[in-house]
Amino acid sequence: MKVGIIGYGAFIPRRRIKLEEIAAVWGADATSYKRGLQLHEKSVPGKDEDTITMSVEAARRAFLRSGGVEPERVGALYIGSESHPYAVKPSGTVVGEALGITPVAHVADLEFACKAGTEGMYLAHSLVKAGEVSYAMGIGADTSQGAPGDALEYSTAAGAAAFLFGADEDRILAEVVATYSWTTDTPDFWRRVHMHYPRHGSRFTGEPAYFRHITSSAKGIMERTGFEPKDFAHAVFHQPNGKFPIRVGKRLGFTMEQLETGWLSPWLGNTYSGASPMGLTAVLDIARPGQLILLTSFGSGAGSDSFVFRITDRLPEVQELAPITRVQLDNDKIYVSYGQYASLRGKIRMGE
Amino acid sequence: MLSPARAWREYPQRYRLEASRCTECGKISYPPRVVCPGCRGRQFETVTLSREGTVVTFTVVHVPPAGFEGQAPLILALVELKEGARTMVQLADVPDPSQVRIGMPVRLEFRKIAEEGEAGTIFYGHKAVPA
Repeated sequence: MKVGIIGYGAFIPRRRIKLEEIAAVWGADATSYKRGLQLHEKSVPGKDEDTITMSVEAARRAFLRSGGVEPERVGALYIGSESHPYAVKPSGTVVGEALGITPVAHVADLEFACKAGTEGMYLAHSLVKAGEVSYAMGIGADTSQGAPGDALEYSTAAGAAAFLFGADEDRILAEVVATYSWTTDTPDFWRRVHMHYPRHGSRFTGEPAYFRHITSSAKGIMERTGFEPKDFAHAVFHQPNGKFPIRVGKRLGFTMEQLETGWLSPWLGNTYSGASPMGLTAVLDIARPGQLILLTSFGSGAGSDSFVFRITDRLPEVQELAPITRVQLDNDKIYVSYGQYASLRGKIRMGE
Repeated sequence: MLSPARAWREYPQRYRLEASRCTECGKISYPPRVVCPGCRGRQFETVTLSREGTVVTFTVVHVPPAGFEGQAPLILALVELKEGARTMVQLADVPDPSQVRIGMPVRLEFRKIAEEGEAGTIFYGHKAVPA
């Protein structure tokens, strides 16, 4: 039985802040940050946008491309995020109710730093493959925060991607050829209970965390499937900044041509659980039948999920049925000042 | 401010834009009604409204009420959806209220409407954004 993505969608908030705007507030050298992190600007959620609202919009777009799957037939819904609006009360219940997936559905919120989105995709795919449900949805969404002045503040962004999995041959857009996960206990980034901002291990987040996990996971799935980098039309890696995904891709043997379609971070920032899944939506927007796609996420703590997808003949028929990810990224932008950004992100201490 | 219980009762219309269509005269009421304002009929079927419409009229609130303080200038718009039903919603993602025009096309997006302080529940629903 073939199982694959039968609908996908992304949502990017319209607000943006330029890297220079943040650097000016902290007396930092914008040019060296831009060069070092390869970041130009990042998305900023409005006061009324959060993981739940972005998940609903991304999921509605996934249904638009699903060939008319009725929401009540979706048997499982998983929302991966590290910025669930409630500490206790699932995002998934609100999203499921808004989409019409509930009440007969298995719903859960997931958390694993930046890889919670692909965890949901992994589970959704597995449940369909096991024959437990006809359709299952995995969503990655985040409105992450970095501490003011911290290097993370230049990258933490907002966005969501949703994927509907199913086994109807005539609906599959991208067949899941293989999955692979690689996980260790690596303390590179964390946020304790009740803490507003995360802490990280600075340079320790690079080699022992991001690069080790992504290369191990990507090499693992290529060994398991017998594919080599040259077999893939596109490869998408987790994008905490502009630099890392290109560096890890080239280290694994991929070319810029294979990497650039899903490389959104220079103009989007790091959307955490949404990051590599949103890169995948940008690839699906232009991928052609028969092409192979590699997706490898990374979540601090740490782990990497990999997927190999094979594009079907149906994908080109649905690409234009919902907003294209690059079009959202490049158009209708509303630039905000650091003052507006601080207000929107709740960084200003208000009167009682 | 809404109570959690009242918001919960209104989820079908707030979350999924479910309206009632009178089986007698066909008039669509949003939010759903018990008695049809067109023909006083009491039989309805549920219809889900599209999320596309146009601004019928609007106003700009410069001193928003409690619970919406941080949102000035707050734009309220009467939006007519494709099916003919009208709804009063906030107009979001418009940085300059002078850009708003009667007749401008909008679409409804799922947004956070209000919250009961930092410890209370969060109310969700739809706002209009430029199409």
